[in-house]
Amino acid sequence: MTSTSTGKPGTASRRRVSYSHAKPRRSTGLTIVTALFVIYALAPLVWLFINATKTQHDYVSTFGFAFGNSFALFDNIAQTFAYRDGIFVRWFFNTLLYVVVGAGGATLLAVLGGYGLAKYRFPGRRGVIAVVMGAIAVPSTALTVPLFLMFSRIGIVNTPWAVIIPSLITPFGFYLMWVFSQEAVPDELIEAARVDGSSELGTFFRISLPLLAPGIVTVALFAIVATWNNYFLPLIMLTSEGWKPLTTGLNDIKLQTYSAAGGTEPLQNVILTGSLLTIIPLVIAFLFLQRYWQSGLAAGSVKE
Amino acid sequence: MSTITIQAFRPQRRDWRGWIFVGPFSLVFVIVFIVPLLYAIYLSCFQPMMAFGVSQGEQFVAFANYAKLFADPNFWSGVIGVTGFLLIQVPIMLLISMFLALALDSGRLRGASFFRVSVFLPYAIPAVVASLMWGFLYGTRYGVMASVNNMLGTSIDPLSSGLVWVGIGNIVTWEFIGYNMLIFYSSLKTVSASLYEAAAIDGAGEWDTIRAIKLPAIRGSMMIAVIFSIIGTFQLFNEPNVLQAMSGNVITTYFTPNFYAFHLAFSAHNPSYSASLAIVMGLFTVVVAYVVQLWGAKGGVK
Repeated sequence: MTSTSTGKPGTASRRRVSYSHAKPRRSTGLTIVTALFVIYALAPLVWLFINATKTQHDYVSTFGFAFGNSFALFDNIAQTFAYRDGIFVRWFFNTLLYVVVGAGGATLLAVLGGYGLAKYRFPGRRGVIAVVMGAIAVPSTALTVPLFLMFSRIGIVNTPWAVIIPSLITPFGFYLMWVFSQEAVPDELIEAARVDGSSELGTFFRISLPLLAPGIVTVALFAIVATWNNYFLPLIMLTSEGWKPLTTGLNDIKLQTYSAAGGTEPLQNVILTGSLLTIIPLVIAFLFLQRYWQSGLAAGSVKE
Repeated sequence: MSTITIQAFRPQRRDWRGWIFVGPFSLVFVIVFIVPLLYAIYLSCFQPMMAFGVSQGEQFVAFANYAKLFADPNFWSGVIGVTGFLLIQVPIMLLISMFLALALDSGRLRGASFFRVSVFLPYAIPAVVASLMWGFLYGTRYGVMASVNNMLGTSIDPLSSGLVWVGIGNIVTWEFIGYNMLIFYSSLKTVSASLYEAAAIDGAGEWDTIRAIKLPAIRGSMMIAVIFSIIGTFQLFNEPNVLQAMSGNVITTYFTPNFYAFHLAFSAHNPSYSASLAIVMGLFTVVVAYVVQLWGAKGGVK
């Protein structure tokens, strides 16, 4: 790996013989170009933080990327929590409920299902694969209106179930676990456990589950982000303020400020602080668990 | 256990044990995917009957809703909108993502891991928050856009009728550049080092390597990214929905097909018509995704 130049010195300088995984020279030009995209990605988030520290007056009178005359972040947080008798806190716990039960359940079902698909040959297996893989391409929003009508017939619209039940299915997570299980759990290991008299579920929990852990974290992360960020589903399913998650709740505060009539209450500071509080838990989870994102995306992209 | 001897003579006994694992997923899948799909098809063949503003139940109309839909200019306006978006925003986004993935993979960046995390970070931000932030930034009274206009003496309004698609395109691009970059980067990392060594021995330069090794390596994940982008674009809803009130009346009730379906079901109280729209868009998406996949398999994408 040390000597990469095999040609004459003259040609080597013009057409540098290099390949990416050797020891490439750092390029300042390329670094600058990509730095522009770092700025593009981070600028709105920096702006959000700066403006969550401003009073309503500073927000309308100072430049967006400069701090205001007073540092009002904590006042804004207090105001956000006090908004309409603490509805924001309620929304936060609703989101938490939907994430724990919805995304947690989605992960459990996807892990069990993907594992079963990878490690067993059972009647109807091909049918399951065809139907679920077909479902990846069906826009889930296309099913939400009929689902709403079904749920309203059985009377669970406007309850947490209306958001939790549809969140339980993630065809993409199911697919990831299928791909992941094939490689992470050797058939011989399962066979050996069977010879020792272990039941199928016993084998799964004692032998396979630990081996599947990295895949499980990845699927859970995708499910958590999807549930935490879900907007369309709760928008349709929930009308009562008390059950809303943060996303549709934030949009309600926005509608107080910007309505068709032109806006009644100037609540930008509450909207921005609420937005900031909404993304902080996800950003933290994201930064600490980022290697799992990578492995999940890798598993998704290798297999077609 | 008396069956053991019989099983020994069967080359392939029926092994139902897999259903212990696949069963729970399949059951919920049927409830939230299959049943609503069938219900939507059923629903789309009816029409609410109104007399003097009072609902008189539903009437079977077979495919009349579909005929009405295909003659509905509001529907086509939305379809044209998202198709244009698909043809312009998606290629721009994917080309940028591909460029960034190649830059990351070249090993020539300083601070590569910081770069990777930063560009991917927007993916974790809810579409609602992303749209609110950008909506405020776009503001021509108090937003950063107002400052830019002041400085340049322009009067650009990203939420005006001429630019609103650009404004939304920017938000979607911001959200997904990093996600797609990581998909491409992941497949670049699966290329074995020996391939690069062989290329170097053959005297291939950086560009030759990109063309002959790296771009073909991205191909599979490019298909996935294109298909996911098509699905996402055809169901565009959150960003325009959040921006609607901030943009005056520029974003109409039929801005995208999904927007129109939402409006039909909940404001116009015509769930049957809404269901027929959802089915047509669902079919359309599946067909386009399938065609892209076939085209990709034949080597249409390099």
